[in-house]
Amino acid sequence: MQSRFLYILPGLVFLVMAIYFAVGLTKDPKILPSALINKPVPEFTLPPIEGGSNKGFSSDDLKKGNVSVLNVFASWCIPCRAEHAFITQLAEMKIARIYGLNYKNDAKEALAWLKELGDPYAAIGADTKGRVGIDWGVYGVPETFIIDVQGKIRYKHVGPIKQKSLDEKIIPVIRTLSQ
Amino acid sequence: MTAEIGHFALILALLVAVMQATVPLIGAQTGRQAWMAMARPAAVTQFGLLAISFGCLTQLYITSDFSVLNVVMNSHTDKPLLYKVAGVWGNHEGSLLLWVLILSLFGSAVAVFGANLPPGLRARALSVQAMIAVGFYLFMLLTSNPFERVFPVPINGRDLNPLLQDPGLAIHPPMLYLGYVGFSMAFSFAIAALIEGRVDAAWARWVRPWTLAAWCFLTGGIGLGSWWAYYELGWGGWWFWDPVENASFMPWLAGTALLHSSTVVEKRDTLKGWTILLAIIAFSMSLLGTFLVRSGVLTSVHAFATDPARGVFILGLLIVVIGGSLALFAWRGPALVSTGLFKPVSREGALLFNNLVLSTAAAAVLLGTLYPLLLDAIGGGKVSVGPPFFNTVFIPLMIPMIIAMAIGPILSWKRADLMAAINKLWLAFLAALVAMAAAWVLRSEGPLLGIVGIGLAAWLGVATLIELTGRIRMFSAPFGESLRRLRGMPRAAWGMTLGHLGLAIAIAGMTGAGAWKVESIQSMKPGESVNVAGYDFTFVGVKSGQGPNYSLVEASFRITQGGKPVVALNAEKRVYNVSKRPTSEAGIHTMFTGDLYAVIGDKDDSGGYVTRLYFNPLVVWMWAGVLMMMFGGTLSLTDRRHRVGAPKKHQGVAQAAGA
Repeated sequence: MQSRFLYILPGLVFLVMAIYFAVGLTKDPKILPSALINKPVPEFTLPPIEGGSNKGFSSDDLKKGNVSVLNVFASWCIPCRAEHAFITQLAEMKIARIYGLNYKNDAKEALAWLKELGDPYAAIGADTKGRVGIDWGVYGVPETFIIDVQGKIRYKHVGPIKQKSLDEKIIPVIRTLSQ
Repeated sequence: MTAEIGHFALILALLVAVMQATVPLIGAQTGRQAWMAMARPAAVTQFGLLAISFGCLTQLYITSDFSVLNVVMNSHTDKPLLYKVAGVWGNHEGSLLLWVLILSLFGSAVAVFGANLPPGLRARALSVQAMIAVGFYLFMLLTSNPFERVFPVPINGRDLNPLLQDPGLAIHPPMLYLGYVGFSMAFSFAIAALIEGRVDAAWARWVRPWTLAAWCFLTGGIGLGSWWAYYELGWGGWWFWDPVENASFMPWLAGTALLHSSTVVEKRDTLKGWTILLAIIAFSMSLLGTFLVRSGVLTSVHAFATDPARGVFILGLLIVVIGGSLALFAWRGPALVSTGLFKPVSREGALLFNNLVLSTAAAAVLLGTLYPLLLDAIGGGKVSVGPPFFNTVFIPLMIPMIIAMAIGPILSWKRADLMAAINKLWLAFLAALVAMAAAWVLRSEGPLLGIVGIGLAAWLGVATLIELTGRIRMFSAPFGESLRRLRGMPRAAWGMTLGHLGLAIAIAGMTGAGAWKVESIQSMKPGESVNVAGYDFTFVGVKSGQGPNYSLVEASFRITQGGKPVVALNAEKRVYNVSKRPTSEAGIHTMFTGDLYAVIGDKDDSGGYVTRLYFNPLVVWMWAGVLMMMFGGTLSLTDRRHRVGAPKKHQGVAQAAGA
């Protein structure tokens, strides 16, 4: 009645997982390439977070001749909490405009989060359904993009920004692009 | 000296385990009674050795012996005694020692209480158990020795992570481990059955208590962890879908499925292959959980990079244990013939449906948990797919399951009449509608899912009571007769009723706390008031103080409702002396309808304090529901049939020699 294959299937599934693990664990950590590097930013318009004082933004804002940073965040994302201090630090340096993409977040929770931790963003777009996130190739939060003066994506950082990544990557990239 | 005794006891335990893993198994395969008989004393000896080893480490912690690296890294002389002891398992090496201690505890329990087990099954199961132990002992001795010395000896230790210095968390890991490791028994029995090539009602009856015990501990462990997160992390949340929580939730889902499918094996002699597979999966998930949580290897690239030996060993161990058992399943599984046939609409069908949903849910959680970890491993950095992923995948899966959970128990075995069953449940349907309407009126602004959740809770709760009244013929027989039936109900039946009822209550709590939480974050100066969900929180003021190994700021709040005093709450913010890390102790007042919850934050520039005030509806229902589920499980565990063993005709006395 039951074919033999059904009994083999669990083992096969595990085998695939084990290979995935083995490859994953032996590889050196390195930055994941993004297909969007050196491409113009995708077209979008995002409303502000509902009920907040911030304004929303669109792809046109990223093409106004400034270096800008787009930071994808959400209040439910625990690493974002850790990252927030460094985003604030970057904003205070005033070397680039920092835009927030509030990813799949409840408006109330997002506003409470910003109230608690402070709001370093020039503008925040609410991507409630994550549609714009798809165009940006966001597959997890937090992610940060650096956009050059022509509105092209030049750098992508996956995961929370820490002091080291801020000093050694983000700030140098912004400085190079600003010249 | 103590450290060396502990270390040697561990090495001796490894040698005993190697013997136990091979001799009884060969004995069972070749029919040598004396070889098989070695399993029981070996299992007890292992436990004795582990108790010595664990005792030594505990002694080192209590006396703050800083010549041992593990103690230096995780303890401090100023720490209260409770946390010195809890520090033993508050780290990677020590927690592994606790793990194997519990493993050997279960092994020796089988040896001591398993007198009515067929000798062949017992010998094989204990051998498999010892194989797992060998893997762990080697892992500890080669890569994670808790007794490693350090020289020169530091003057003091680095203290335990402040978040872990909490009574709830002190007992949380042992409880969780009793659950994780408990599934190793079901696993060992499953592997033994595969080697033997037979699974019958008797087998299911022997496995069931071990699964049930593991399930109860795991339920308690998860509940405790969630409770801890609720009062200690100070976000008013109780479940974050983070890898650590998921790691305990996956074996729970698989274990719950196993619990139900083993009933089918016992009663109806079918779903055998499936039950064996679930036993393997439940333990595999536990293994994965152990490593995800405690080793730090899979949660962080950094930890892995500092000690690649651990990562490789863990991967190897997982491949041998999980891969090996699944290969054995592929080879021997088809030999397990099921005799009981059933129609899709039947008790078996409903249980199979429950199994499929639970397994799918476990797979979804696994995917959501591993995906960010794998991404991290290949250098993608730390990301979180977060609650949006889990909520959109997990909740829709649970809705049909809860609906079916109400119907399943009143279906008959083999073939049932679905319409008749649904007709019996009209009252539950009505209750669900009333509850949803009430939720709609009381909280019109919450999400739709909240109303659905309340409806489901009412549906399941009332349907469970309908099943109970049907069982004791309430309303259809004289009252005295019903009472007599109620008293005579088997404890296993009570277990199901309480388990399902507990879940219904917990769902109501989770829905309330998830959907209608009222939160208010602001800066307050002493004397100011904020209204949260109809309660006025007045910030009275702060005072500073000293704890045993931390300094604290204590804020007091006075809460009134409509001018009438309700309660005074104290919320603390602690900064630990050694690590300088802050923790918050929320002030919580629990009421039937919800919790008042206050957290104090930092002082801001204007001289006020950041305060986070919450009204968390129905939270206490959640804890009550979990306790009820645990109680139901424990009651079922004491059922007479587990004590008297299986009926004579199933007891394969001859099989040991014949195998």
